[in-house]
Amino acid sequence: MSSRERILGRVRRALADTAGDDVPYERAVPRDYLREHGDRSASQTVDLLAENLADYRAVVHRTDGEGLAGLIAALLDKRGSASVLVPPGLDPSWLARTAVTRVADRAESTPHELDEVDSVVTACAVAIAETGTIVLDGSHDQGRRRITLVPDHHICVVRVPSQVVSSVPQGLERLDPARPLTWISGPSATSDIELDRVEGVHGPRTLEVILVSGD
Amino acid sequence: MSGTYLGMPAFPEAAREAVANTTLRGNLRHATHTIRAKRAKAVNEVSDWAGLREAGKRIKDHTLRHLDRYLIQLEESVTAAGGVVHWAADAAEANEIVTRLVKTTGESEVVKVKSMATQEIGLNEALRDAGISAYETDLAELIVQLGGDRPSHILVPAIHRNRGEIRDIFRSEMGEWGRPAPDGLTDTPAELAEAARLHLREKFLRAKVGISGANFMVAETGTLVVVESEGNGRMCLTLPETLISVVGIEKIVPTWRDLEVFLQTLPRSSTAERMNPYTSTWTGTTDGDGPGTFHLVLLDNGRTDTLADEVGRQALRCIRCSACLNVCPVYERAGGHAYGSVYPGPIGAILSPQLRGTGSEIDASLPYASSLCGACYEVCPVAIDIPEVLVHLRERVVEGGEVTRQGNKVVLRPAKGHAAERAAMRAARWALTHPGALRTGQRAASRTRRFHPRSLPGPGRAWSGTRELPPVPAEPFRDWWQRTRGGKGGAK
Amino acid sequence: MRVALFLTCVNDTLYPDTGRAVVKLLTRLGVDVDFPMAQTCCGQAHYNTGYRHEAEPLARHFSDVFREYEAIVTPSGSCGAMVRELYPRMGERARAEGRGDTLAATLAPVVPKTYELTEFLVDVLGVTDVGAWYPHTVTYHPTCHGLRGLGLGDRPRRLLKAVKGLELVELPGADECCGFGGTFALKNPDVSAAMGADKVRNAESTGAQVLCAADNSCLMHIGGTMARLRTGMRPVHIAEILASTEEEPAV
Repeated sequence: MSSRERILGRVRRALADTAGDDVPYERAVPRDYLREHGDRSASQTVDLLAENLADYRAVVHRTDGEGLAGLIAALLDKRGSASVLVPPGLDPSWLARTAVTRVADRAESTPHELDEVDSVVTACAVAIAETGTIVLDGSHDQGRRRITLVPDHHICVVRVPSQVVSSVPQGLERLDPARPLTWISGPSATSDIELDRVEGVHGPRTLEVILVSGD
Repeated sequence: MSGTYLGMPAFPEAAREAVANTTLRGNLRHATHTIRAKRAKAVNEVSDWAGLREAGKRIKDHTLRHLDRYLIQLEESVTAAGGVVHWAADAAEANEIVTRLVKTTGESEVVKVKSMATQEIGLNEALRDAGISAYETDLAELIVQLGGDRPSHILVPAIHRNRGEIRDIFRSEMGEWGRPAPDGLTDTPAELAEAARLHLREKFLRAKVGISGANFMVAETGTLVVVESEGNGRMCLTLPETLISVVGIEKIVPTWRDLEVFLQTLPRSSTAERMNPYTSTWTGTTDGDGPGTFHLVLLDNGRTDTLADEVGRQALRCIRCSACLNVCPVYERAGGHAYGSVYPGPIGAILSPQLRGTGSEIDASLPYASSLCGACYEVCPVAIDIPEVLVHLRERVVEGGEVTRQGNKVVLRPAKGHAAERAAMRAARWALTHPGALRTGQRAASRTRRFHPRSLPGPGRAWSGTRELPPVPAEPFRDWWQRTRGGKGGAK
Repeated sequence: MRVALFLTCVNDTLYPDTGRAVVKLLTRLGVDVDFPMAQTCCGQAHYNTGYRHEAEPLARHFSDVFREYEAIVTPSGSCGAMVRELYPRMGERARAEGRGDTLAATLAPVVPKTYELTEFLVDVLGVTDVGAWYPHTVTYHPTCHGLRGLGLGDRPRRLLKAVKGLELVELPGADECCGFGGTFALKNPDVSAAMGADKVRNAESTGAQVLCAADNSCLMHIGGTMARLRTGMRPVHIAEILASTEEEPAV
């Protein structure tokens, strides 16, 4: 007998006492919880996102379509970055104002090569206000998961209010499970020393989020 | 020695040493009290906590009740998404599968995301015996691994270490494993985190094989979810060419939507955050992004035996948040090591004796490692009634009875060492169903009260070693009542 | 209303003063209290130590003794929780063991009419000011089974706050278990004693003269620890405080 058959057989025998109980999934789970917490306008939801991002030590900036390229250039400049990783589908106008060396994420580039790059600029798939979370889904304007992981500085652009939802349930509705997702809530952190939170371990230690309005 | 719990003393003996260790008690008290207040705040922030808790409980119960069906569905969806599914009935089989998979890649080192399941099966030791080095990459796991230590907490395995001890371990051990600690390393948490970043980065960047567990597996989509803080998870899940995930069969949820419950309750219960810094989800393999080869090892190792127990099976709802450890007054004083298992604290006290059986001294003592105060049940985000299961397991220890081990029904005999207690309980039951006998005993106690010793011999010393005995009154209440009818009938 | 006092075996044997206080208090509030002489023990110690089957005859005996009363009042949170929470569970387990509904049916009548003392006062009698006088500084320890099992909430505190002359001070870490836990105190004496010592230190830090609780089992452990540590604080059951009046003060 294969272990598969053995385990499935054990499960079925273990559940012998529940044989009569066949409530379908839809009725088995009460959903007596909220779709979102509180009643906010679109702009209040964006404010909450900004507040919660900042609460977990992300650096939040706000601008409009006009100011975006200038802001990105200024942030890279302030950081002193010499190079920036660019996802293949990033809107070229976003980097129009910076002279920093652009590095494309090529399939053959090794993690060591990525480690040499100073910053990365991406878009996002959705942002969740209640938890201060941005979600990347690997679309062309966000790139492969590794490019937002290895560099120490991540600039993420969120289009507001269209990409912002209030809650985790609303966020999941917008996401495609078939894609590899990365949910990011502030920079890398740990609570492993005396259960106290410290920012900055393996992921980017600086997370800057630009909320760009006017879409 | 890590991962080895064979021959552990029973809980009370191990706890005695921990209670006497003032550094350990200070460390644990500080850490658990810090997180308690934060958790309460994070939970109070959401007004629908009770609804989320109930939904989480019901999702898990429903899944467990149809686990065969959901396992098959998960296997199909993972396979369709490009993953390879393996089934492991026990620890040895899981270790064998993983070792073989690593060997097939030709690699001799792997990087690991913190995973309870791989600790439970002793994977690192099995890999070491096969000549493969497994590097733990979670900060606390790294501290434990470098220190040749055992984990003492589900979320923060090095909770028993304070910052000064961590600095000392980094200074003396990092060089043995790779990049040494920076010169002049101090004990500030930020510097310690930086030292870990530098030490592990070289390992991440060259790793070809990653090994993980998972917090959730979604049956309908074949998606796995890892919830973490540091980014070491992301490193292990995306940089290597091969990913092997070892996951307990109880980690399934039916649908993508179900994550909306647990991604709210887990971070708030665990690290007391609205959301943990990083959550990764992946479904099979993705062309050009992340590992090209993905293996899922589904682990039983006592879970189906636990499932067979009508009362005990609720322990399989556990999402490993560790809130029960953080509120537990016994854990706070005894520390994690006393539980003799990778699963310490209240959840460990009901999980270990079910996964491993109650045969060993430590496992037979775990159901008693609780004052039944109920704080664990109150904070559990999937409403596991831990006191209920503890009492149920006590019954199994003292009465024996039918249980399932390795899929077979066996009849346990009552545990040794409880004979005197059993006789006393029977005698007490007899006396207490015969009010006259109770009264005779009470009167005898009252009449001889002047001769009662202030401290007790033998097993009674367990009480009188630290506490005075209550004085026995001149007469029991019932005699007063009979004389006076509650003050109405006669003399007051 | 025919009200039975379920005093509990521990109180009957070791703490008759608490029993006299309950009788005095309820009588003062116009309740006709009876003490059924056949009462013994609810079976909690047996049940919680793993001897559920030995606890069953005790539960049946409890039901035989008390079933005809309209209300059953007990000055013990843990014994109250035993009847209310665990008797139904004993019935369920017997059913699951293929022994039918007999046990569940036998125990069912006493479950809803069993009240812990402060619950009975606040919920059934509808009083919080029981006319008591107790000129001492008191801190209150909510015992686990009363707090988390029965959900007594702020009832004991409301009763204490209405007592004339009583100054109620908050106990740090009040919700934490004192470490008694029945046979836990004997099976894990070191952890139990450490918990007890911490509880006593917290109580001492309040400067109160009296530590009050609604369960003498916990007070036996806390009081025994206080005496050993020579703190000078006294453990007192809430019934004795509520029974105390200017005319007949508690000592």
